[in-house]
Amino acid sequence: MENQLYLSSSPHIHSGETTDKVMRKVIYALLPACAVAIYFFGLPALMVLLLCTLGCVAAEGISCKLQGRNMTLGDGSAALTGILLGLNLPPSSPWWLALFGAAIAILIGKQVYGGLGYNPFNPALVARVVLLISFPVQMTSWTSPAPLGSDLDAVTSATPLGAMKTAVMLTGKLPELAHSGFSQYLIGNMAGSLGEVSAIALLLGGGYLLWKRIISWHIPVAFIGSVLIIGGIFWAVSPEKYPNPLFHLLTGGLLLGALFMATDMVTSPVTDKGMLIFGFGCGLLTVLIRLFGGYPEGVSFAILLMNAATPLIDRFCRPKIYGQVEAKV
Amino acid sequence: MSLINDFSKGLWKENAVFKLLLGMCPVLAVTTSAENGLGMGLATTFVLVCSNIVVALMRKLIPSGVRIPAFVIIIATFVTVVQLCMEAWVYDLYQALGIFIPLIVVNCLILGRAEAFASKNPVVASIADGMGMGLGFTLGLLILGSVRELFGSGAILGFSLFGASYQPIILMILPPGAFITLGLLLALMSRMSHDKNNESSSEEHCCEL
Repeated sequence: MENQLYLSSSPHIHSGETTDKVMRKVIYALLPACAVAIYFFGLPALMVLLLCTLGCVAAEGISCKLQGRNMTLGDGSAALTGILLGLNLPPSSPWWLALFGAAIAILIGKQVYGGLGYNPFNPALVARVVLLISFPVQMTSWTSPAPLGSDLDAVTSATPLGAMKTAVMLTGKLPELAHSGFSQYLIGNMAGSLGEVSAIALLLGGGYLLWKRIISWHIPVAFIGSVLIIGGIFWAVSPEKYPNPLFHLLTGGLLLGALFMATDMVTSPVTDKGMLIFGFGCGLLTVLIRLFGGYPEGVSFAILLMNAATPLIDRFCRPKIYGQVEAKV
Repeated sequence: MSLINDFSKGLWKENAVFKLLLGMCPVLAVTTSAENGLGMGLATTFVLVCSNIVVALMRKLIPSGVRIPAFVIIIATFVTVVQLCMEAWVYDLYQALGIFIPLIVVNCLILGRAEAFASKNPVVASIADGMGMGLGFTLGLLILGSVRELFGSGAILGFSLFGASYQPIILMILPPGAFITLGLLLALMSRMSHDKNNESSSEEHCCEL
């Protein structure tokens, strides 16, 4: 048997990359953001992250068992969905909110379509939007950070984007916080979802993914770039009414969305050109929802809408097959 | 025997909501509560039975070239009757269903039965067919409305079941909830009939052996 000659069709070179290796690297990349979240929001943040992750893994196991599919627990995709979902929830989320979200993410967001690789929408974002629409009170009760070791109790407070929306609606003018305090936003000392607070931690994880070539630069650059440019145009036209583009960049879920959610391999286009279109669409929708929509934050809606457009983008950007183009006579 | 069959096929075997997926617009739009679903279903049943009777009576008079406009006029007549009656006697339900009462005219279930059954069969059989199809439709709307009301507001027909501490899942009484609930119910039913088919086919194999 040792000397048997194996014949197989190409490709013959395998990069050695497997699903579980990719998933593990993305989870590593999210660890800094998790650590910052736990530092700023304390034990409740840890509870939310653990509940979401365990909930997703349990839902994946149960549904694989019920459907008689191969167990896909080992590839870590369910755990990753759980961590991403946890990072999308407010730190004061009650336990049932986290578990319900985990079940929605895996069952409705992923398994009904046939499991990993077949889901048209990012499962964690599906769950976040379902929770946001179903439980608006719990999903928008934000608390200001109370760093570990400090004596402060959690204090309810609005997110910078939420405060901006309220102020613009009431007075037509931007509040003070839209002009200053950018260094605090950069390290993550503000109210918000677990994963959207620290820009530095997210950039660190995103950089690791780029370095390891899990994600390519196209989607994040197109996404963030278009938010900066479109937001910048509005700011240049009317700086007292529309916020500085840096405010757009550092608050809300833009970095988390652009680096970790929009780049989901399953739900984003495959070609470079398609990724640029995808990123631009996400950026445009995000700015429009933030400035003119009913919700203060639009990153998750923008990504889901572009997820829906992904098959169309892929079809539009189909590369020409070598030798298939007719010569012009 | 065939009368019973004409009646009963609409209840389950050819159920408009779960098997034929006809008339999806009211199915998805008005089933925010069991009461709305039931009201819509009964209104549709009334229109369906009446239009089946008239179409069956006039089936030899209507030239086939203009049969569809003729059916639509007959259906629209009865929809107007239903609308005025509901406005007079069940005003709350009339308000809740809103635009979807006049839209019964374009419910493809009703036109479908006129075309496929009443225009080819005598009056009594058409009544049986209309009753069966209509009640099957009502059953579908009632099930969907009950599930959505149960999760979306924690009650069925207005009776609270889970107590005050229950957090209603608002999504379930919004349009996405209708699609998700219908999809899951269809999946459940196809799973059940799949299991049943498997059992019966394996039994058949035993007999052949």
